Amino acid sequence: MSLAHFEVHQPTSLAQALDLLSAHRADARVLCGGTDLVPKLKAGVIAIGHLISLKRVPELDHVSFSPDQGLVIGGAARLSDVAEAPGVAENYPGLAHACSVMATTQIRHMGTVAGNIANAAPSGDTAAPLLVHDAVINVVGPGGRRSIPLADFFAGPGASVLDSLEIIETITAPAPQKPCGSQYLRLSARSLVDIAAVGVAALIALDGAGRVNRCRLAMAAVAPTPRRCPEAEALLEGKTPDAGLIAAAAQALSAASCPIDDVRSSAAYRQQMVGVLARRALEHSLKLAQGGAQ
Amino acid sequence: MAKQNIELIVNGDRYTVAVDPWRTLAEVLREELNLTGTKVGCNQGDCGACTVIMDGRSVSSCLTLAVEAHQRQITTIEGLAPSRTQLHPIQEAFVEAQAVQCGFCTSGMIMSAKNLLDHNPHPTEEEIRAGLSGNLCRCTGYVKIVEAIDLAAKKLDPAGAKEA
Ligand SMILES: Cc1cc2nc3c(=O)[nH]c(=O)nc-3n(C[C@H](O)[C@H](O)[C@H](O)COP(=O)(O)OP(=O)(O)OC[C@H]3O[C@@H](n4cnc5c(N)ncnc54)[C@H](O)[C@@H]3O)c2cc1C
Ligand code: FES
Ligand code: FES
Repeated sequence: MSLAHFEVHQPTSLAQALDLLSAHRADARVLCGGTDLVPKLKAGVIAIGHLISLKRVPELDHVSFSPDQGLVIGGAARLSDVAEAPGVAENYPGLAHACSVMATTQIRHMGTVAGNIANAAPSGDTAAPLLVHDAVINVVGPGGRRSIPLADFFAGPGASVLDSLEIIETITAPAPQKPCGSQYLRLSARSLVDIAAVGVAALIALDGAGRVNRCRLAMAAVAPTPRRCPEAEALLEGKTPDAGLIAAAAQALSAASCPIDDVRSSAAYRQQMVGVLARRALEHSLKLAQGGAQ
Repeated sequence: MAKQNIELIVNGDRYTVAVDPWRTLAEVLREELNLTGTKVGCNQGDCGACTVIMDGRSVSSCLTLAVEAHQRQITTIEGLAPSRTQLHPIQEAFVEAQAVQCGFCTSGMIMSAKNLLDHNPHPTEEEIRAGLSGNLCRCTGYVKIVEAIDLAAKKLDPAGAKEA
């Protein structure tokens, strides 16, 4: 299982990285943690002449949270860095959870959030928790910078609107408007290590009268891409939440999923679990927003 | 395509090696530096046999390209024992708790244990199990490995042991 032959470039600035990508065009690929790319290169699924590593680009290696700027995740920030960064667990608990339980300790020390998003796997664990926080993917390419809402980023299994000459510079999400609660729940056969069979994220923000002024629901591994479900969200927005409305929204999310049968799970089980996880995540988010139990 | 000259800093020793850019760190450690304590099991990131510590964190050396390890600080299983006649406390604990059967997973298990105890000197049983979730063992059933790491924590910091 030796690797096909390629060159590895290790630029030390973003400008150099962009130049290298443009110079080698179709024969080049961005390499970050390599935890998706290296297995694919080994399996011969893709053949590439030039890997442009982002691991020595200091401009991309950062994670921060502040009430003004919200969350800013650099394009080379590792999953473990994001899980541990101050403010992440408090404000984006679903994302912190995803970044601390997905894959393995070793893989979380190598892999990045940007790589997880750019890889565009239907089951990518950081996608649903970022979707409920209205995350934006900020990219830089030969033509300059552009910002793409994560909700518009994925184009299909393994496909996105990212151009091959572009680099994800940051992933940002606004500071959650309080009072607010959110959660990401995932199911997999071993609970750690293996890819999620179902992932559901929820967010509820309340107004002064206890009504839902913002609801977000997103799912992973049960559709061609991770995605939000505005129909389900609308069932709660503007309403005083109760068990019946939560059940209806959970049911709507389940109805909007279109899972497949595969080695990880059956479609029927997945569809049913979307509803179960959505109900639990909504109930938990509501409790958090109401200042209740953890 | 030309080989790249890189400097690997392994267990405090500096090696200058010319490597093909598509070689993994696991291959270069084993085949160029003759540090064969690092094992290759699955070669795809699942089993943890190839775990080494790079810049203070455990990584899978089978998914790390050797050129990416240029001038990074690497610790392998060969770097743990303080001398030729002494074992590291984690290694001692594995022997005493009988946590080794065929031994193929052991280097990776010990490197993951080191990563865990470096960041969390007094882990609970649950934290030990989570810390080892990226390492597979097909022999022991894990119980004795978990016991060994608990023992190692006590050896490394006898005073600080928490009530279970
Ligand atoms: C054993 C194992 C278990 C895993 N378990 C999980 C799991 O439970 N859940 C899960 O979601 N994933 C899992 N993965 C997949 C993988 O670890 C993650 O998707 C990881 O986040 C990928 O990040 P990376 O930096 O390693 O990406 P890379 O492999 O470096 O890159 C992946 C893709 O993203 C592109 N890319 C990377 N960074 C950028 C950037 N800044 N700008 C533009 N393009 C970029 C690359 O060109 C490539 O196409 C697992 C992998 C392994 C090996
Ligand atoms: S050999 Fe590297 S994880 Fe299995
Ligand atoms: S002792 Fe044989 S694989 Fe663990």
